[in-house]
Amino acid sequence: MEKELKKISKEVRKDIILMSMRAKSAHTGGALSCVEILVALYFRIMKVFPKDSEDPQRDRLIFSKAHDGKALYAVLAQRGFFNKKILDGYELDGGRLPGHSTRHCVPGVEISAGALGHGLSMAAGMAYVGKQDNKKFRVFAVLSDGECDEGSTWEAILFAGHHKLDNLIAIVDYNKLQGFGYTKDILDLEPFSAKFGSFGWEVKEIDGHSFNEIIGILSKLPLKINKPSVIIAHTIKGLGGVPIHINQVSSQYKPPSKEEANGVIKKLKI
Amino acid sequence: MRITFVNTLFEMAKKDKRIMLLTGDLGFSVFEQYIKELPKQYLNMGVAEQNMTGVAAGMAMEGKIPFIYSIVPFVTMRNFEQIRNDICYQNLNVKIVGVGAGFSYGPYAHTHHGLEDIGILRTLANLIILCPGDPIEVALATKAMLNHIGPVYLRLGRAGEPNIHKAMPSFKIGKGILIEDGKDITIIGTSTLLQRAWEVVSSLKEKGLSIRLISMHTIKPLDTQIILESARKTPAIFTLEEHSIIGGLGSAVAEVLVENRANVIFKRIGVPDRFSKVIGSQEYMRRANGLSAEQIIETILNFINIS
Repeated sequence: MEKELKKISKEVRKDIILMSMRAKSAHTGGALSCVEILVALYFRIMKVFPKDSEDPQRDRLIFSKAHDGKALYAVLAQRGFFNKKILDGYELDGGRLPGHSTRHCVPGVEISAGALGHGLSMAAGMAYVGKQDNKKFRVFAVLSDGECDEGSTWEAILFAGHHKLDNLIAIVDYNKLQGFGYTKDILDLEPFSAKFGSFGWEVKEIDGHSFNEIIGILSKLPLKINKPSVIIAHTIKGLGGVPIHINQVSSQYKPPSKEEANGVIKKLKI
Repeated sequence: MRITFVNTLFEMAKKDKRIMLLTGDLGFSVFEQYIKELPKQYLNMGVAEQNMTGVAAGMAMEGKIPFIYSIVPFVTMRNFEQIRNDICYQNLNVKIVGVGAGFSYGPYAHTHHGLEDIGILRTLANLIILCPGDPIEVALATKAMLNHIGPVYLRLGRAGEPNIHKAMPSFKIGKGILIEDGKDITIIGTSTLLQRAWEVVSSLKEKGLSIRLISMHTIKPLDTQIILESARKTPAIFTLEEHSIIGGLGSAVAEVLVENRANVIFKRIGVPDRFSKVIGSQEYMRRANGLSAEQIIETILNFINIS
């Protein structure tokens, strides 16, 4: 099982690297850190309909860390939501894929985001309606650690806990690097789990690159009846990318050169 | 205005189960009946307007029609980015309702005054801006905003505003209402100052002037036709609003007149570009900002004489 997912992840990483290289785009590190999370969600956990992306029964993925949109695009393309060729136009003149993922730019992208701290509120609104109307769908929200600085994120956390939205699952890509440094040096989120816990959420911390752990925990949802779930996924920014940028602030800004991209892709051994 | 809005919404919500009323912890003595009879269509979001706006966007994506409600600054400025990105950018069917236009919350001081909302919201694509001028227009605007699929902002006063219309006017989003026709001066009033406009018109008529009075209940999209028609019919146009002189109705009308090369005397009457240092009732605050009936009449007559 893991073997197939690992193979898909390699393809996704390759696409992310190529998109970054072509568009000379930023935000490569955070795209690489959430690859396993997205692959597990789209290939094992979520009920999705790639050929009918608006099916009301689908599980919703709210990609709040939209600056890493290319990770979402690459996974959606791999899952068959749209033709992979569309990835070639990422962030380029006349292309369909904006740097920050935008609602319905391609099938499967549920929301427009980019300004941080917006996604969880929208996810909570969807989950509230789902619960009120007895719908079976679940809402998964993928957040960055940086956007947990935003007050609006905590408003949403407070709201979801209060309303016992157990059909809402937040996954924090906790790569511990934000825009201009380490989260612990800028605005420390720790004790992160305890904060969520005290807001009425059920929390689990996992290795966000281990399919065993991601799938293991996401197969048991909700983690607790009448509580929203949050998975704090410990990840490494830039993992699988250009070695000098791994776990460095530079992974957020430096696109790979052609040589660097070739080197990375060669190492992936696809 | 507030009571009329709530009663109208209540009647609509009984028939349309998609309607959700979300409040930022306001509505004492106004929402009680609605809450009692329609508990599933009501949600107190707490004092968390950013989240309220995002949640409303999420609900709209799931087919609901959320109305978010608070005092003007808190439901338009605190959450401006959520209005821009979550509602307008995604073009979702969310209705934004602000109470306390202008100096409605006079003594509460500037944190609670609604003086910049039209100016900032006018810059947002996809957003309809409705500023009804009396309770009759409020009821009509509330119905119209439900029938419009997409984002709408409804700007309300507070309580006690009298009806200006003597009969039920025809109300269409984007179409100003001609209340009286005249030859000398056009006054275009909006929102909480429609009543003041009516008072001013009555006084000016007593002075022998023939006045054309328009209620501009929609600021966006703006009724350019009625503005240009006024420029042809009267040699002078004045706009009247309980909003900053910058960015509101006056600015919007000025844009239309200038870009259409209208040959007309024009002046904006609104709240000067400053934070008032005094406090007091709505009427006191209006007077402190040149918006009593006598002050407005003087402004108009002086401007015409100079011209």
